[in-house]
Amino acid sequence: MPKPPLAAGALVDGFRLEEKIYKGSMSALWRVTHPDHGGPLVMKIPLLRYGDDPTAIIGFEVEQMIMPLLKGPHVPRFIATGDFDTQPYIVMEHVPGVPLSDRLKDGPLPAAEVADLGARIARALHALHRQSLVHLDMKPGNVLFRDDGTVILIDFGLSRLCGRPDLIAEESHTPAGTGAYIAPEQVMGTRDDPRSDLFAMGVMLFEMVTGKLPFGSPQSVRGLRRRLYQAPPPPRAFNPDCPPWLQEIILQCLEVDPLARPGTAAQLAFLLQHPDQVTLTERATRTKRDGTLTVVRRWIRYLMRTPTIRPSVSERLSRAPIVATAVDLSHGETPLTDAQRRVTQSLFRTAPGARLACITVLKTARIGMDLGVDKEGNNLHVGALVTLKHWAKPLGIEADRITYHVLEAPDPAAALVDYARGNHVDHLIVGARGHSALRRYLGSVSSQVVAQAPCTVTVVRPPERHAAESGTEADVDEKKPEHAGAD
Amino acid sequence: MLIALLADLHANREAAEACLAHAARAGAGRTVFLGDLVGYGGDPAWMVDMVMAHMERGAVAVLGNHDEAAVKGPSEAMVPDARAAAEWTHAALSAAQRDFLAGLPLAVEDGACLYVHANAWAPERWGYINGASAAERSLKATDRRVTFCGHVHQPALYHLSPVGHASHFEPQPGAPNPLGGRRRWLAVPGSVGQPRDGNPAACYALFDDATGVLTFHRVPYDHETAARKVQQAGLPPRLAARLREGT
Repeated sequence: MPKPPLAAGALVDGFRLEEKIYKGSMSALWRVTHPDHGGPLVMKIPLLRYGDDPTAIIGFEVEQMIMPLLKGPHVPRFIATGDFDTQPYIVMEHVPGVPLSDRLKDGPLPAAEVADLGARIARALHALHRQSLVHLDMKPGNVLFRDDGTVILIDFGLSRLCGRPDLIAEESHTPAGTGAYIAPEQVMGTRDDPRSDLFAMGVMLFEMVTGKLPFGSPQSVRGLRRRLYQAPPPPRAFNPDCPPWLQEIILQCLEVDPLARPGTAAQLAFLLQHPDQVTLTERATRTKRDGTLTVVRRWIRYLMRTPTIRPSVSERLSRAPIVATAVDLSHGETPLTDAQRRVTQSLFRTAPGARLACITVLKTARIGMDLGVDKEGNNLHVGALVTLKHWAKPLGIEADRITYHVLEAPDPAAALVDYARGNHVDHLIVGARGHSALRRYLGSVSSQVVAQAPCTVTVVRPPERHAAESGTEADVDEKKPEHAGAD
Repeated sequence: MLIALLADLHANREAAEACLAHAARAGAGRTVFLGDLVGYGGDPAWMVDMVMAHMERGAVAVLGNHDEAAVKGPSEAMVPDARAAAEWTHAALSAAQRDFLAGLPLAVEDGACLYVHANAWAPERWGYINGASAAERSLKATDRRVTFCGHVHQPALYHLSPVGHASHFEPQPGAPNPLGGRRRWLAVPGSVGQPRDGNPAACYALFDDATGVLTFHRVPYDHETAARKVQQAGLPPRLAARLREGT
C-alpha cells in the first residue's frame, strides 16, 4: 500500500509533524512535537525516491546507527529513530541558532575571533574523537552554536565510528566528503584518522580568516586529488591582517602528511588559545605556495610510513596527549622539583606526539589588590616565568612542543583544575607537598587536584620523603603572594 | 528484552558459568544456546542438565554437529580429536540426556531472529559460514532479518544491504552495534567453551531485541580448571592445551 505523503499534522510514531523547516536533495527536516518529549524537536526524514542512487541512503543509515551512541554537550540530543520497514527518520533536539556558514557570509572575521571560534570548534571535535568518532565532513554548515556559545556538531552521515561496521567504505568506492574540506588521505579512502578532521579544520580556519577556500570546491575525483600535490596558498596572501601565528597554525593543519598536522584537536585548540606560544616556522611568513615537488615528496613519505595495522582512534589520541606539569618553585630547586622533572621527562617520552605545558601558580590575595611586584619592585610574573623556564631547560624538549604558563589565582588547586579542563589536559603532574604553610591553611593542593581534575593525575614525591613528615612552618602571611605549583 | 547468545559451549562448565553470570549481571532475560553444547570438554552431563533447566524457564536451544555426534556417534568428517571426544561424551551421558540432545531442533525462528548452529541454507549438513559469500548465502535462505549462528568459533558480524553483497566485520568486545533496519545481519557470537582466536577468554553476545543493539563480549574464566578436567577425563591432551592457549 503506498504511504500517504507526509503533511503537517500527520503523526509518525507519536511525533506530530508541525512544519517543514528545510528540504534538501537528500532529506527533509520537520519541526515535530511529542507529548512525552519536551523541548523543540526536529525530525530528519530521508527522501527515498525510486531510482535514487542506493548509496545516498547509506548516509542516513549510518547516522541512524551513530547518533544514539554519541554523548555529551557537543552533539544534538538524540530522541528516537524510525525503521526502514515503515517510515525511516531520526528525531533529535532542535538546535536553534545560525550555523558557522551563515556567519561567514559577511566576509572574513578578525583573527582573534577566528582563534576563539576555532578553539571552541576544535574542543567540540576533540570530544567526538574521544568517543572514537571521526566526523569526516567537518564544514561550516555542520557547525552550530547554542545561545550560550556551546558548539554543536551535526550531520554524521559520512562519519566513521571506529569499532563498528563502516557501511560507507563497504558500499561506496568514491571518496566520501565535501569537495572543499576533504583531507588528502580521505580522498584516497582512509576513513579512520582523526587528523583528517584537522585538515578540514584548517580549511575552515582559512575560510574564516580570508573568506576564500584554499583548494576551491572540486567535484570530480581528479579535482580532489589535486591537493595531494598542490599546496594551499598562504592565508596572508589574501588577508595581510592574518597574523603569522594564525597562518602557521592553518598551514600546519593543511599539511598533506597527517603526522605534520597538530597531534589532536585538543592540541589545535591549545595552539589557538595560546597564540604567543606558537612556534613560528617558515610557514608563518610564507608568501607563496610550496612547490609541487615538495608536496609530492611529503605525500610519498606519508605513504611509505603508512603501516598495514592501523591504530584505533583512541590509540592515536593517547599518542598525542597534552601533559601539564605544575611545579612549585617558591623554594627554588628542591628534591621535589628535581623528582618532578624526572617524572615529567619519563612520562613525556612515552608518547611521541605529546605536548608539555609547564605551569606555576602565583597565589594572589583573595581580597584587595595585588600590585604584582615584590618589596624590591621586581615583576613577580616575569620572575616566575624565568624560574619556570630555567626549571624546564634540562628536559631538553623542542620549543614547538613545550609551553610555559604562570597562573595567578587565590586558589592554586582550583586554578590547576580549571586549566586542565579548559585545555583538555590528558595528564597532570603535581608535586606531593610544597609550602607546608599553604597546606595548613588551604588543605592539600594535590589531593584537591586529584579529586577534581578531569584527567589522570600523577602526584610526585621525592624518594627521601617516603617516611611521614609533618611540616612545621611558622611565619605565615596568607595575603602575601606566593608561588604554589602544587602542594 | 536482553537476550544472551551462547554458542559452542563444548561441555566447558567454567566458561559457561562465567558467561551466564556475566549475562545475569547485565540483566539478560532470556538465553539462547546455539548448539554444540557438548564435545571436547569434560563436563557434558552438567552442561546438558544446565541447558535443560534453562529451557524449562523459557530458554531456546538448537542442535549442533557435536551434539548429534554424541548421540549417533561421530561423523566421517570429524577430525580424530573430535571423534575421540564424541565417543567419550556418548558414554558420559545418560540415556535421558542423549534423548534430550536428540530432540533439539536444527533451527528456531523467533520474531525477527533465526537461531541455527551452522547456517540457514542446509542446517543439517553443517556447512561453515567462513566468509562473506557463505554469509550472504545463508542470509538469502531465510526471511528473518537477524541470524544468530555458531559452528565457526571466531566472533563475526556480517551485514547485507538490499542492493549490495554481504560484508564481514570483526566485532570489538564491549562495543554496542546497532543492527540497523534497512539491512540484514548475521552474527556469530564466537565460542563459549573453546575460543580459537588466541585469547582464552570465553565469547558470547547480548542482543537487545527492543533497540536492536548487539554487543559482543569476552569473559575471562578459570580455563586452568577446565583444561585439567579435560586431562583427567582422559581426552586428547591437545584439547586441554588449546583451552589454555585459546587456539
